[in-house]
Amino acid sequence: MKILVAVKRVIDYNVKVRPKADGSDVDLANVKMAINPFCEIAVEEAVRLKEAGTATEIVAVSIGPKQAQEQIRTALALGADRGIHVETDARMEPLAVAKTLKALIEKESPDLIIMGKQSIDADNNQTGQMLGALTAMPQGTFASEVKVADGKVAVTREVDGGLQTVELNLPAIVTTDLRLNEPRYASLPNIMKAKKKPLDTTTPDELGVSTEARVNLLKVELPPERQAGIKVPDVDTLVDKLKNEAKVI
Amino acid sequence: MIRDQEFLNQILDTISRFVRDRLMPLEAQVAEEGKIPDDVVQEMKELGFFGLTIPEEYGGMGLTMEEEVLVAFELGRTSPAFRSLIGTNNGIGSAAIVFDGTEEQKQKYLPLYASGETIGSFCLTEPDVGSDSAAVKTTAVRDGDHYILNGTKRYITNASRAGTFTVMARTNPEIKGARGVSAFLVDADLPGITLGPVDKKMGQAGSTTCDVIFEDCRVPADALIGGKEGEGFITAMKVLDRGRLHISGVSVGAAERLIGDALKFAMERKQFGKPIAEHQLIQAMLADSKAEAYAARCMVLEAARKRDQGHQISTEASCCKLFATEMVGRVADRAVQIHGGAGYMAEYAVERFYRDVRLFRLYEGTSQIQQIVIARNMVRDAS
Ligand SMILES: Cc1cc2nc3c(=O)[nH]c(=O)nc-3n(C[C@H](O)[C@H](O)[C@H](O)COP(=O)(O)OP(=O)(O)OC[C@H]3O[C@@H](n4cnc5c(N)ncnc54)[C@H](O)[C@@H]3O)c2cc1C
Repeated sequence: MKILVAVKRVIDYNVKVRPKADGSDVDLANVKMAINPFCEIAVEEAVRLKEAGTATEIVAVSIGPKQAQEQIRTALALGADRGIHVETDARMEPLAVAKTLKALIEKESPDLIIMGKQSIDADNNQTGQMLGALTAMPQGTFASEVKVADGKVAVTREVDGGLQTVELNLPAIVTTDLRLNEPRYASLPNIMKAKKKPLDTTTPDELGVSTEARVNLLKVELPPERQAGIKVPDVDTLVDKLKNEAKVI
Repeated sequence: MIRDQEFLNQILDTISRFVRDRLMPLEAQVAEEGKIPDDVVQEMKELGFFGLTIPEEYGGMGLTMEEEVLVAFELGRTSPAFRSLIGTNNGIGSAAIVFDGTEEQKQKYLPLYASGETIGSFCLTEPDVGSDSAAVKTTAVRDGDHYILNGTKRYITNASRAGTFTVMARTNPEIKGARGVSAFLVDADLPGITLGPVDKKMGQAGSTTCDVIFEDCRVPADALIGGKEGEGFITAMKVLDRGRLHISGVSVGAAERLIGDALKFAMERKQFGKPIAEHQLIQAMLADSKAEAYAARCMVLEAARKRDQGHQISTEASCCKLFATEMVGRVADRAVQIHGGAGYMAEYAVERFYRDVRLFRLYEGTSQIQQIVIARNMVRDAS
């Protein structure tokens, strides 16, 4: 079984994000970048499937600037077998990413696609679902457990009401939630070995995908600072304040 | 010298994450129990932390000096006990073989050090032999195809875990100084070796030292490092040159951690109606600490690069060790001061670090010994 994992380069989750002075975008100058945590969980799941003998090959894909190769190398160090870098400096919206992945799926014919449920930069939570629609593949989103057997994958999903398990025919798309697994640290010897693993590059153009933006970014600003809360003595006062001061009910 | 920036970034990234997410949360527990949990030791082995400086062809990462100090900056941010665990395999416990071992010795031991399967310790200090380390009293007397070792080694880091000891012993009693000393690589399970009780220390709980006692310990002749007598002290000094830069790097990391903790505290703690970080006397302590830690960082990197270029850096290494370890002492003192009474309480990491970093001015050559080395080299170079 062949698995395709998508990994995205995002601001490291420990970094305090700031807008640029002119508000044109998030300030990325000298900011530490890392693999999106949900993508890391996706890689870990793929590696576990390979270690269990279920999967035979893991291909890690990243779409983004030249430096996104670092995140592919991380995936390779964690256990992916080879990488594909789709190089672009465009601001990639979920639909463009989904189209790019579809083009790669047509080339690679993976049996399972594992990706994060969202990336912590824009938190769109759309790409997996869009990819499902574009490829007509079944999708199991927000996975907290993944079991592959007999040409099918059983995905336990974290939904609002609790857990839901769906069974999907392969090939299928799985998007990972936080509790699916706890990713390992890449060992230093594996980081070294990852240097020698194959990494191919291509571009959206070569794949025949348009990266044209459909959303205009007008301004990036910090949310207003939260005011300190107050304590009210009883429910009546609360209702009164919500009605007459906050005017929300 | 950085061989491959992207590769190094990945290594530093893994290490800094491991330090932040795995080790830092364990600091208080390790201090309390005086022991690093076994599963963490195992994890550090699997991650390859024991083989940072072992050459690639023997299963290590073969870090250059510049790469090594960059790693040391990261490791320095958490309790030095963790660094000490991997410190001997990456330094004094393996370096004699790396520098001066025969090919056979390298093939036999280096892969075991790199994987952490074997812990190497370094035995130079003795009850009567400290700073004057060329005065080694432990003897090694040739007996057929063996040497017989007798003597006591003191304060030996990781001895209780060690599979091998690099032992400095006098092979020629006629020569009183350095030239009479040879280095041996001794398997720890040989008869005639006993360990003293674990020393009770001021800090760095979780790292251990103890005496190693040799009584008519028969060591095969091929345990002589490099196969040549009288080279031991020269080997030891090479080992210490590299070690001094490493300790300097760890001191920088510890200082940066202390500054981070102190700054965070100072921005949260309010007195006289404002965060203490806005009081200028506190700011002076923060600023002095920052400037000194930055100076040490630059020194260490510069000296490391120079060493990678093949220059003799004995003076620079001593300058770094002297400045960086004294610097972290001052920074730790200020960090406690900034914390006020809280800085004296075990609940805050600065209290522990204050004691932990005290060691850096003592071992691998005290500050006074660094001063002596620097000045002696200055006079020598000028005459
Ligand atoms: C926790 C710990 C771990 C250690 N691990 C190891 C290890 O793994 N292997 C190992 O071999 N050793 C180890 N040591 C020993 C360490 O290297 C020595 O303690 C150190 O070199 C100082 O020697 P000493 O303790 O005998 O002090 P001394 O040499 O007795 O020094 C006492 C004081 O006199 C000063 N002094 C000495 N000579 C002069 C001089 N000529 N001029 C001016 N001042 C001078 C010193 O600076 C110091 O202030 C360890 C020590 C500690 C505390």
